[in-house]
Amino acid sequence: MDTSVKNAGITRSDLPLRVIHSTPEGIAKAKNRIRRSFRQIRTENVFRQTLVIVGLLMVILVLGILLTLVVQSLPSLKTLGPKYLWGKVWDPVQDVYGALPFLVGTLLSSFLALIISIPFSLAVAIWLGEYYPKGWLPNFLKNAVELIAAVPSVIYGFWGLAVLVPIVRNLEIRLGVSPIGQGIFTSSLILAIMIIPYAASLGRSMIQLVPSQLKEAAFGLGATRWEVIRSVVLPYTKSGLFAGILLSLGRALGETMAVTMVIGNTSLMPKNIFAPGNTMASVIANEFTEADKPVYVSALIELGLVLFLVTVVINLIGKKIIDRFTHD
Amino acid sequence: MEIRSVKYRIGKNYGFKALVTLFAFACVIPLLFILFFILKQGITKINWHFLVNVPKPVGELGGGIANALVGSILIIFFSSLIAIPIGVLAGIYLSENRKSRLAYWSRLCVDILQGVPSIVIGIVAYFWIVKPLGGFSAISGSIALAIMMLPIVVRSTEETLKLLPSSLQEAAFALGMPFHRVIFKVVLPVGISGILSGVMLSIARITGETAPLLFTAFGNPYLSFNIGKPMQSLPLLIFNYATSPYDDWKDLAWGASLVLLLWVLLLNIFTKLITRKWKVQL
Repeated sequence: MDTSVKNAGITRSDLPLRVIHSTPEGIAKAKNRIRRSFRQIRTENVFRQTLVIVGLLMVILVLGILLTLVVQSLPSLKTLGPKYLWGKVWDPVQDVYGALPFLVGTLLSSFLALIISIPFSLAVAIWLGEYYPKGWLPNFLKNAVELIAAVPSVIYGFWGLAVLVPIVRNLEIRLGVSPIGQGIFTSSLILAIMIIPYAASLGRSMIQLVPSQLKEAAFGLGATRWEVIRSVVLPYTKSGLFAGILLSLGRALGETMAVTMVIGNTSLMPKNIFAPGNTMASVIANEFTEADKPVYVSALIELGLVLFLVTVVINLIGKKIIDRFTHD
Repeated sequence: MEIRSVKYRIGKNYGFKALVTLFAFACVIPLLFILFFILKQGITKINWHFLVNVPKPVGELGGGIANALVGSILIIFFSSLIAIPIGVLAGIYLSENRKSRLAYWSRLCVDILQGVPSIVIGIVAYFWIVKPLGGFSAISGSIALAIMMLPIVVRSTEETLKLLPSSLQEAAFALGMPFHRVIFKVVLPVGISGILSGVMLSIARITGETAPLLFTAFGNPYLSFNIGKPMQSLPLLIFNYATSPYDDWKDLAWGASLVLLLWVLLLNIFTKLITRKWKVQL
């Protein structure tokens, strides 16, 4: 009796098999048992429903973000139209809104950062994936590269402001361009450091996935390490490496604080890579709380919408490539 | 193809290896520079008064960052309170339903959420919470940061639970345990280390986030415990004071940078220790 009470409330099906003593306390115990059973089942159902709701919440969250951005940028979509995106002048005081300076600033700084960072992230990926996968030194490098991603972006910005800006200013004096120090080139340097870990860690895991038979076959034919890397490892992993670079690009495009602090924040069209400018993210960070007219606010949000869509597309393509690579 | 001398090929091999090694370790140099520079600038500013006082106006000596420390802790506490339960439940859902259509879309959305620029989250939080409430508030910052935490918690929970042997769950089900008890008494306790390290990682990440707080928590030069009002946080303080023209404030920002950096590094090291101790794969 005791054991049956202890095990009660587990499943519905074994209830009828139990003997119910016809004493008042026996009946009470049996009733209690049944009640507990049903409570468990009810809790279980509630729990399952909660899980589904939470799963649904993720979808709602993303759709909500998209919807909010679209609805809030409607005023600017209506009044400014599509030519907003290639208007060259941004002058909110005169109600002139053109996003081209920010698009150019974003693309220029991100791609410059990507070009600077690719040799380094690729080198880390090859070194850790192929040359020295194990040991204390590779472990140190791996942790150090992960640490690059952990340092907050506002600290990168502050460091850039204090250290990089004077260096770049000296460089500009030597090159004969106007020595401002803050500008697209400075922000590209900071971004290049910040995005190394993303391509490097993904590239490393991709390179480790190369089947060893392929490499051994090449070694067996008398290839040197470098020849194996060039003609087996890199061709085999090129889609994965590309995905890593895409994810880095996504990071660079959306990076806000570090860029805002060193890019110079002018809304003029950048004339060269040393000129100060603004990216989409930095102009939002600078002007959103100051924007006083509905169209002004909505024009900034439209930039956010563009940023959101571009990063979503880049990330999804990157994820697709990685999925295909790891499943084959 | 022309036949090259073996010596040339071996030379090229070593040359390339040297080049890769050089570039790989060159990445560490800027990191070391940054760490040492922050340490050098910040270490002289930090003392007990720095941690328990609020910033003084320009020209007065001896301001501190107490308001930012309190603000950061409160904001992060509330975002953890929101994001951890939802994130863990979503992770459980995704690992229990690997094939359903909703799970597919849900997983996709978590991926998307992970890539959304933080400034966009700030804008959205502004329209969802700041505008309806009628003013900047710490709680809106918490919610913005919670949205940023979610994908990391969800992914780490899902990945951890996926790795658990299914026999564990099956044994529990065979004993007649209801689903929710299997999850809470068997699955979660076994996977707790992986989930915990995901949570720590997400906290480390949002600690340094500034952009979503610009339009939500907004910043506040005074000490405040009211989550319905604007509140200072460490990254906001660094951003505002670093871009100010005053040397006193910049010094304050250097000290705050060191505190923030130590906080983030400690969280990361702690996560590393957890993952190493329990051999979690993230």
